[in-house]
Amino acid sequence: MSDTHAQTVAYVRDSMLPEQAPPIAEKGAIKWLRENLFSGWLNTILTVLSLLTIWYALAAIGPWLLNTVWNAQSLRECREVLDGASGACFAVIRDRWHQLLFGFYPPQYYWRPVLSLVLLFVALAPVLFSQLPRKLLGFSALYPFVAYHLLWGGSVWLPVSVILGFVLGYVAFRVLHRFAPLLAITGAIAVPVLWWILFAAGFTSAMTSIAPIGLEFVRSDRFGGFLISLVIGVTGISLSLPIGILLALGRQSDMVFVKSVCVMVIEFIRGVPLITLLFTASLLLNYFLPPGTTFDLILRVIIMVTLFASAYMAEVIRGGLAALPKGQYEAADALGLDYWKAQRLIIMPQALKISIPGIVNTFIGLFKDTTLVVFIGLLDPIGLSNAIRADTDWNGIYWELFIFIGALFFIFCFGMSRYSMYLERRLKTDHK
Amino acid sequence: MAETKLELPVDREIDASKMQVSDEIAIQITGMNKWYGSFHVLRDIDMVVNRGERIVVCGPSGSGKSTLIRCINRLEEHQAGQIIVDGTELTGDLKNIDKVRSEVGMVFQHFNLFPHLTILENCTLAPIWVRKVPKKEAEEIAMHFLEKVKIPEQALKYPGQLSGGQQQRVAIARSLCMRPRIMLFDEPTSALDPEMIKEVLDTMIALAEEGMTMICVTHEMGFAQAVANRVIFMDQGQIVEQNEPREFFNNPQSERTKLFLSQILGH
Amino acid sequence: MSTSDDLRIAASAPKRAFRFSMLLYDQRYRSITIQVFFLFMLMLGAAWLIDNTVNNLRALGRDFSFAFLSAPAGYDINQRPIEYHSQMTHGRAALVGFLNTIILAVLACLLATVLGVIAGVLRLSNNWIVGRLMTVYIEVFRNIPTLLWILIFGAIMTEAMPAPSAFRGDDPAASMLFNDAVPITNRGVYVPSIEFIRDLGDLRVGPIAPSLNWLLIFFVIIAGIYANKRLIDHATAVQNATGVRPKTWWKSLLVLLGPVIVIFIGLGAYLDYPELRGFNFAGGTHLRNSLIAMWLGLGIYTGAFVAENVRAGILAISKGQTEAAFALGLQPGKTMRLVILPQALRVIIPPLISQYLNITKNTSLGLAVGYMDLRSTLGGITINQTGRELEGMLLMMLIYLAISLTISGAMNVYNSRVKLKER
Repeated sequence: MSDTHAQTVAYVRDSMLPEQAPPIAEKGAIKWLRENLFSGWLNTILTVLSLLTIWYALAAIGPWLLNTVWNAQSLRECREVLDGASGACFAVIRDRWHQLLFGFYPPQYYWRPVLSLVLLFVALAPVLFSQLPRKLLGFSALYPFVAYHLLWGGSVWLPVSVILGFVLGYVAFRVLHRFAPLLAITGAIAVPVLWWILFAAGFTSAMTSIAPIGLEFVRSDRFGGFLISLVIGVTGISLSLPIGILLALGRQSDMVFVKSVCVMVIEFIRGVPLITLLFTASLLLNYFLPPGTTFDLILRVIIMVTLFASAYMAEVIRGGLAALPKGQYEAADALGLDYWKAQRLIIMPQALKISIPGIVNTFIGLFKDTTLVVFIGLLDPIGLSNAIRADTDWNGIYWELFIFIGALFFIFCFGMSRYSMYLERRLKTDHK
Repeated sequence: MAETKLELPVDREIDASKMQVSDEIAIQITGMNKWYGSFHVLRDIDMVVNRGERIVVCGPSGSGKSTLIRCINRLEEHQAGQIIVDGTELTGDLKNIDKVRSEVGMVFQHFNLFPHLTILENCTLAPIWVRKVPKKEAEEIAMHFLEKVKIPEQALKYPGQLSGGQQQRVAIARSLCMRPRIMLFDEPTSALDPEMIKEVLDTMIALAEEGMTMICVTHEMGFAQAVANRVIFMDQGQIVEQNEPREFFNNPQSERTKLFLSQILGH
Repeated sequence: MSTSDDLRIAASAPKRAFRFSMLLYDQRYRSITIQVFFLFMLMLGAAWLIDNTVNNLRALGRDFSFAFLSAPAGYDINQRPIEYHSQMTHGRAALVGFLNTIILAVLACLLATVLGVIAGVLRLSNNWIVGRLMTVYIEVFRNIPTLLWILIFGAIMTEAMPAPSAFRGDDPAASMLFNDAVPITNRGVYVPSIEFIRDLGDLRVGPIAPSLNWLLIFFVIIAGIYANKRLIDHATAVQNATGVRPKTWWKSLLVLLGPVIVIFIGLGAYLDYPELRGFNFAGGTHLRNSLIAMWLGLGIYTGAFVAENVRAGILAISKGQTEAAFALGLQPGKTMRLVILPQALRVIIPPLISQYLNITKNTSLGLAVGYMDLRSTLGGITINQTGRELEGMLLMMLIYLAISLTISGAMNVYNSRVKLKER
């Protein structure tokens, strides 16, 4: 026995072997079929079952879909055209698509909601794509007011007076900061609030009589269809972001009282169905506010939806904060930044970036949940389909409407979820 | 050419006389080829391993060295050629695969300990469920090997509570509990911090001194020079050069070998 | 300088005088100040809200009381798991609604779990057709609102199913499932119900009166589960001692099913088949369209989310775990049971329980198809009839909150028990 033996004979390869093709059975369609679809008796059974299911579904729905009538004014007409055969009557969509998308919004002003949607993407772009210049964020900040004015109309001075409130608050903050930071914060909150309560209305009517610029006013009850879903969804999510951040920070805080209040608020909102909160909006909010205040129903719904979304947003952001390496907090402390500066400059930007996929998912869920407003009388797409079916022309039609509404939701939500997956992949490589 | 003395970060004496090679053949690979889809990852591998041999396989990344040893315990399947381990040929036959796997132990780069079981349970899992050993006896075997790798006091802890070097030693003990006749090491120290590499190499040297047949894929050339009796260099899926360590490091023949050695030893 | 002088100097460090600005800027006092301020603002806000509410109630001439719960309800509920008629109180109607909510939630959770596990596992299979089919199911159901699905299933049941009269005659137009046992009509699904010849009576427990027969069966099942557990423990002990695990599957079956079958025979159980009498089916259990639509809608919709959770859980377990187990000689079945599944369950169960929570909250959509759950009774008809919106809503929210907190409490307990120990 020794350490070297016959096999330890030195060996050197003189020429490298070229690559060869794998054996025939190893590639091509046959192999793929064999391995993927028929690789065992269980797999074979599953493949056969799946093929049968697909065939059955296509056979049941295919002819109905292919045989659709696009041009008719009522269900009766559709049936006449089909003459007894089974077929779809998508003429209802052709007839009523504008209602399903815009509700009862005046048709001559359709350009306004469409423009708001386009500007929405413009406003979102600098938030989602960090390569764009930061100055565009200024437009994102202005967008809510632009969108409000486009959608509801009225005098342009109303949103301007609200913006003036923010500007005055900022000015107050700057001026008072030289004396004491605490005074600055108090001033930054008190001055705008005083302006909005006392002077804004006067300012608006004064300016309107001097220079009546504005768009035609459209009442909230003319809103409907996907317009309502998008308005409630987008507003709810964007307003819930700052509230959600505050709730998340509060829940993480060391101060026992603040933490327990935030936990209670979050758990309460997440523990009750959205429907009960919507009912609160429509029935109960009147009890909690001073007697005599009347509120637009959409506004009330937006308030409750915002609260609802804030609780879920708080949990998402909490996850983002937890994913941040602890070293970031410590580095911020070591640099001498106080709590709020550290949050604003270091912690929040990173945490929000990590949370964006979760935020998009919350938005998708919220957007689907906007269909629940049908229970309090708002005309979302489902409510509108009820209204369309109540019309004698279209009484009795249901599949085509469901398919159209479902397809629109699917396109939107599927697109958003694909985007969020793309974001997640990209952020994973950013943040090693 | 002066003899290159490669650094081996252990501070124990290596007793080379204990490492003997027998004439019995442990592994025989003839004309083995493997494809990933249409990528020819292993080309015409011919290799014979005798009992007691300590083989180090090295080569640039993508050369197929990990794939080679993973074919030996059928974690990967070969499409052409023959692999015979301990007299059993590796084919699709599940009984043969089970037989081979109970004779061959493997240590992974990322340890792969089971995080939901204690260290002791990690080591007794396979003996209890594969060899049907009673629990008490399995625990005694496990403690014996945990003492061998010098961490018996961690037996009731969980993998998440141990350092990287400790986890890898547990992984070695876990494989040893099945009393394998051949040990495969797939880059066992690549995921460890430098101060922990020492304790793992220590364990591997002790194993070699007991006459274990080992095939190691590693970049630790100091270990190769001190412990291995044969070094195999692979590139592009084929064996390019093999020799005993002294000749291999001092007198590489092929250009590719020279290039690889200059990169890995040149710093 | 002597050391004792040093010590004395160190021991009596001068205390800083207390100044009011320390309330804000000193770390010790700052958090207390902020919390006191916060508490003050919160109480101010609460006082304002309560004051408004009191004023509004007074202006409307109403008071705040729950007395309406003892007033007679005056409406019928179609699905009654316990005894109820229109002269019973609103409180009892709410209880019926609550029980309906629980029944629907349990049924939908079961369906969602079974569907989700199957779909999630199949999505990972290397069978291309099956994988794609599951992806289609998951994506289509996840991206369309719950309410729409419930309405679709409701429409399927009421519009696309045959009327009971289609089952009439020797050669009926429609046929029943399972060899003439389960007719699916546009008024609902009728399943044979289990009846007993020998009736042991009822047990009065507060407002409800469960049948003693079923209670007995329930306890026998519990006893069977307990006996099965002892059986498995014994097998494990034998395996620990000798290394060989005795085969238990047939013994388990015997222990779980045997006593139940004996009880059924002893009580004289028989199946009451639904029969067409007049215009409707009679006999058997009537599962209304509303229940079916909600059950299918919620179950299949949530099943898609559960499938994603299951898939994520299985994928979360790194391939290295399977390889290490195979390298040790463990076969695929044992690898799945001993290594993969325990780890995967830790990842799967928390989001699964969140889905159960969502199902429970989504049962409130029952009004869309006429299902009389808690919201339809207490939060719907009762509120409409008595005008007690504030009290009714509050009570309803509290009940939902209680259910949610119980479920998430259970999840927290599970989480803390199975947490992987780390440094």
